[in-house]
Amino acid sequence: MASASGIGGSDGTVQVCGDRRPVARYGLRFVALGYLLVLLAAPVAMVFYRAFQHGLGPIWSALTTSEARSAIEVTLIVAISAVVLNTIFGVGTALLLVRRRFPGRHLLDVLVDIPQAVSPIVVGLALILVYGKFGFFGSWIERNGIKLIFSLPGMVLATAFVSLPLVVRSVAPVLAELGDEQEQAARTLGASSWQTFRRITLPSIRDALAYGVVLSLARSLGEYGAVTVVSGHVLGKTLTLTLFIDERLENFDQPAAYSAAVLLAIIAMGSLLISRRLRTRSRSVA
Amino acid sequence: MSIQVRHVTKRFAQFTALDDVSVDIPTGSLTALLGPSGSGKSTLLRVIAGLDSADAGTVSIEGSDATHLPPQRREVGFVFQHYAPFKHMTVYDNIAFGLTVRKAGKAETKSKVNELLELVHLEKFQTRYPAQLSGGQRQRMALARALAVEPRVLLLDEPFGALDAQVRKELRTWLRRLHDEMHVTTVIVTHDQEEAMEVADKIVVLYDGRVQQVGHPHDVYEHPANEWVMSFLGPVTHFGSLLVRPHDLDLAHEPSDGALPATVVRVTRLGFQTVVDLDLQGGPIYAQLAREATDRLTLEPGTLVYVSHARGDVLPAAPAAAADSLL
Repeated sequence: MASASGIGGSDGTVQVCGDRRPVARYGLRFVALGYLLVLLAAPVAMVFYRAFQHGLGPIWSALTTSEARSAIEVTLIVAISAVVLNTIFGVGTALLLVRRRFPGRHLLDVLVDIPQAVSPIVVGLALILVYGKFGFFGSWIERNGIKLIFSLPGMVLATAFVSLPLVVRSVAPVLAELGDEQEQAARTLGASSWQTFRRITLPSIRDALAYGVVLSLARSLGEYGAVTVVSGHVLGKTLTLTLFIDERLENFDQPAAYSAAVLLAIIAMGSLLISRRLRTRSRSVA
Repeated sequence: MSIQVRHVTKRFAQFTALDDVSVDIPTGSLTALLGPSGSGKSTLLRVIAGLDSADAGTVSIEGSDATHLPPQRREVGFVFQHYAPFKHMTVYDNIAFGLTVRKAGKAETKSKVNELLELVHLEKFQTRYPAQLSGGQRQRMALARALAVEPRVLLLDEPFGALDAQVRKELRTWLRRLHDEMHVTTVIVTHDQEEAMEVADKIVVLYDGRVQQVGHPHDVYEHPANEWVMSFLGPVTHFGSLLVRPHDLDLAHEPSDGALPATVVRVTRLGFQTVVDLDLQGGPIYAQLAREATDRLTLEPGTLVYVSHARGDVLPAAPAAAADSLL
């Protein structure tokens, strides 16, 4: 997904180089486009081709089985809950990092990026160690009748964890650029903290926040590694679309796997388009 | 007294921005906090507004202690140096902001905002966004926004600093007129002594986090409390062991009591006045003469003249190097 955004730049780069020799000009384009073709276009096209091989009918029936419908539902619940958590947490953390000076601020700044560095599988394992049946908090939680691991709450936690930096990192630079003078002006005019946030801060970071939310949503919908560890793979209960694809492939039900893959790919491409548009808007405003 | 600042101290890490500062701002006055950058003048204004909190000391507004009140409860209007316009709101909504957050009625808000739009001559611009305004218009919008909530005091931080010279002059005169009509207690921060003397009825000179002198603009200029204030408020030159204003010096061809002989180095005519650079027993000094005085004397480089101090205050001069470094 990330490499797709490079297509637009390849033309311009060649022009800027100003190399007039046709071999160099076309050679570079050929390499760049060829690389994308091998890595990205061909596999994605194949998935689409296989899914649509026998028309729309098989896709429709593959996506309307009760297992598939449950996977879509679980995916949406998990992704939307994770995005809501990360939006609230992300804006709060960004405000804290940019607007306040406190001991441990640099540590927090580093911690926010950890989910990007750590493999999602490790995240899943860590969650089991803490919240699992024999985990640190797990036994206490279980005694109080709450089940986190191998159920939806655990999957939400895992997904929220891996997409945690996205909102913070979209919003923080815009907040820094904005400065706090408008907020101070609002305070002197009699606005409370909440009124200042609602009427001044939030409208100013709106586009950057939307960009972060779309990125988080795309990341959450496609998450596999962390979720696979904590889900427990209960068919029709704790399978998200990504896990469902895996499960169908293992059971040699390729039409269902391809159909679900196409659905995920379309959602991902849609959010990529929206996020690109939002990003240019948030930049032009700043 | 509208504002009483008592023994306020404010430190930023190692830097002492305000060092035991006490100031009284009389009700209805227009007071200027004057000083170079780093003198603490903006910090003092922000402490009065509650945007910065003092490490020690108290601030009271209209007789009630405001030291620990948050800015939104101090009823002060604050105009920022770069105006801090709400970029996503129209001029109308910017001005209405204070009334909106107070949940004032629609009709009341409308009439108040219209009245202010008229006052600052922005009636035709009310549906525009700040980005579509000129610097001067943004400045007036910020002023109207601050006035909308009928503040007990109006605080202006370098309000004309970001404007070009022409607009600056116009707005200065306009602000003075506005103040004379509305009588809102106003405090203005500036580093421009000319601006302070033109606009204010009272000047508080700050340097190095301390109040150097408080007084009427004329008094502060004519009777500076120390050599630093004297140098900051106007031109100075060394007359022997004294610090004097160059326009207080007279030149003559004949010797007289207290006059010192000097050689003319250079004569520069600047319209209404003439600047004469002189060599006084090895030390360079200069005098500013009115046109008639220049016409009476024949001054050429090399001419021997007698320099006397004719009027005004003098202060003992510190060693030249120290005086220069203060500027």
